[in-house]
Amino acid sequence: MRPEPDSTQPPQRPNEASSSILAPGHTFSSVTENISAIVLTGRTARGWYIGMGISFILTMLMLYAITYLVFVGTGIWGLNIPVGWGFAIINFVWWIGIGHAGTLISAVLLLLRQPWRTSINRFAEAMTLFAVSCAGIFPLLHVGRPWLAYWLLPYPNTMDMWPQFRSPLIWDVFAVTTYATISLLFWFVGLIPDLATLRDRSQSQVARIIYGILAMGWRGSARHWHRYQTAYLLLAGLATPLVISVHTVVSFDFSIAIVPGWHATIFPPYFVAGAVYAGFAMVLTLAIPLRAVYGLQDFITAQHLQNMGKVVLATGLIVAYGYVMEIFMAFYGANPYEEYMQVNRFVGPYATQYWCLILCNIAAPQALWFNRVRSSAIGLFIVALFVNVGMWLERFVIVVTSLHRDFLPSSWGMYSGTVWDWSLFIGSIGFFFALLFLFIRFLPLISIFEMRELVEEQHEQGG
Amino acid sequence: MYGLMAAYDEPEALLQATQRAYEVGYRRMDAYSPFPVEGLSDALGFTRSRLPLLVLGGGMIGALGGYMLQYYTSVITYPHNVGGRPFHSWPAFIPVTFESAILVAGVTAVLGMLALNGLPRPHHPVFNVERFERVSNDQFFLCIEAEDGQFDYAGTKQFLLSTSPREVADVLY
Repeated sequence: MRPEPDSTQPPQRPNEASSSILAPGHTFSSVTENISAIVLTGRTARGWYIGMGISFILTMLMLYAITYLVFVGTGIWGLNIPVGWGFAIINFVWWIGIGHAGTLISAVLLLLRQPWRTSINRFAEAMTLFAVSCAGIFPLLHVGRPWLAYWLLPYPNTMDMWPQFRSPLIWDVFAVTTYATISLLFWFVGLIPDLATLRDRSQSQVARIIYGILAMGWRGSARHWHRYQTAYLLLAGLATPLVISVHTVVSFDFSIAIVPGWHATIFPPYFVAGAVYAGFAMVLTLAIPLRAVYGLQDFITAQHLQNMGKVVLATGLIVAYGYVMEIFMAFYGANPYEEYMQVNRFVGPYATQYWCLILCNIAAPQALWFNRVRSSAIGLFIVALFVNVGMWLERFVIVVTSLHRDFLPSSWGMYSGTVWDWSLFIGSIGFFFALLFLFIRFLPLISIFEMRELVEEQHEQGG
Repeated sequence: MYGLMAAYDEPEALLQATQRAYEVGYRRMDAYSPFPVEGLSDALGFTRSRLPLLVLGGGMIGALGGYMLQYYTSVITYPHNVGGRPFHSWPAFIPVTFESAILVAGVTAVLGMLALNGLPRPHHPVFNVERFERVSNDQFFLCIEAEDGQFDYAGTKQFLLSTSPREVADVLY
C-alpha cells in the first residue's frame, strides 16, 4: 500500500526523477512539435506584439538618452563630487548580476548533473547574453568620452600608452569581454542542433536558408555528437569559474577602493551570491509568464519553479548574511568611519532606500520558506519582482551611501538620478525585453534536443 | 552511390544495429540521431577525441599570452609607478591572465569542435534521402558507406534489413 501522498511535499511518483520535471506522455516528435511550433507555425500571440511594442518604445527612449548623452556629456546625469559614480555603475552591476544565473543554470547545473536545468537553460542563457549586452552599455557610456572607449583595450598606439593592468577597471574590461564572448559561444553551440531542427521543419524558403546557414550543416552524426558533448562539457567547466571570477572582479571595482563600506573582503562572495540571487529572480520573472502564455507547463513544471524558489531562498540567505556581517563589522571593528557609514545607512538621508532594500531582499524572500508560496506561480512571481527591485536598491545603497559621506564631512554631498539617468535605465530594461521578445519569436526558447534526451530517460525508466 | 541508410524509430534499435555492424566488420559508417545517444559513438569505434587536448593548449596559450602582454607593457615598454607597487606586480596580473586563459580556451573549444567536425558543411549526401529530414526530429539512422571494404550492395542491404529498420534507402551523391 503506497502511503497517502504528503501534501506538503512535491508529488513523488515511483520513477519520479524525470516524471516530475517533464509531464508524462511526451514523445520525441511531440516535444519537437510543441517547441518549434512557437517559432514556425503557431500564430504569434497578441501579447507578444504588445510586449514587443512597449519594449521597442523603451528601446527608442534608451537610444534617445544615449544620443543626448554623447552630444552633451555626462553632466546631464546626476553625477557630482563626491558622488562620481551613480546610476551607470549601479545599472552595470545590476545587469551583470542578472546575467550570472543563466550561466549558472547552463554550466554549473550541467556539471552537477541536475536534469531540471533542461527546460530552462536555453532562455536563461539568452537572458544572460542580453543582460550582458545591457550591462556593457553603461561602462562604455560612463567614461565621459565614449568615442574613445577603445582606449581601454591594449593595442599598440601612437601615444605609446598601454592600459594600467593593476586596476580592477581594466580587469573588468577583460572579465566582461570574456564573459560576453563565452556566453555567446555557449549559447550558440547549444543552439546548433535546434537550428537544424528549425531548418528541417521550416515552411518558408527564406527561413530554411537562414536557419540552414546558422545550423552549419548539422546532421546529427554520432561522431559529431561526441565532440559536441565534449565541447559543451568543457565550456561548462570553463564557464563555471568564469561566472565566479567575473562578478568577483566587478566586486573588486569597489573593494579595492578605501572608501568605508566598499573596502570589505566580504565583497567577492557577497556579490557573487547576490548575482545568483538577482539572476534566478529574473529567470523566475521570465519563466512564469512564458510558460503561461506559451503553454509550456509540461516542460517547465511545478518542480522547476520549486527548485528555482529554493535557490532564490538559499542565495537570499547568503546575501542576508553579507548584510549582517557588514553591520557587525561596522560596530565591532575599530574603524569609526565604517561605523558611521552603517549608522548613516540606518538613519541618514538614504534610509528609505536602505530599509526598502532590507524589506525587498531579506524580508520578502522569507515567504519562500513556505511550500504554499513555492508551489504558487503568482507567489513566486511577486517575490521575484521584490528581489529584482531589492538587488537594484542594494547596488544603489552600496554606491551612493558610501560615496556621499566618506571621511571628510566638508566633502559630503547628495545624489539623485536625473531624468536622463532614469531614461537610460528604463530604456535599457526595454532593450532587454525587446531582445528577449525577438529571441522568443525566432529561436526555440527551450532546448529541443536536450528535452528529447529527457523523453528518452523517461521511456527508459518506464515513466 | 554514397552508401546505404537504414532508418529506425528508437535509439536502442540504432545502437544494436550499429554494434552488430561493427562486429560484422563494417568500419566506414556513421550513425545519425536527433540527440546524443549513449554508447553510440563507442559502437562506431570512435572513443577518443583530440578536442580536450586542443582546449588545454588553447587555455595555456591564453594564459601565457595574457601574462606576457601584462609583463611586456608593465615592465618593459610602459612602466610607471602606481601606488608604489613593483613593476612586475604579479598578483595584480592574475585576473587578466585567468580571463585570457578562459577566453582562448573557450574559443578553441567551439572552433575546434566545429573544425574537427568539418562544419560548416552546407551539403552532405545523406541529405538526399527524403526521410533524413526527420533526423532532427524523431528518426535514427545508420549509414554504411560504399567506400567500406566490405560493402556489397545486395549483401549490405540484406544485413541492414535484418536489423529490422523502418526502411532502407539508397544514398546517392
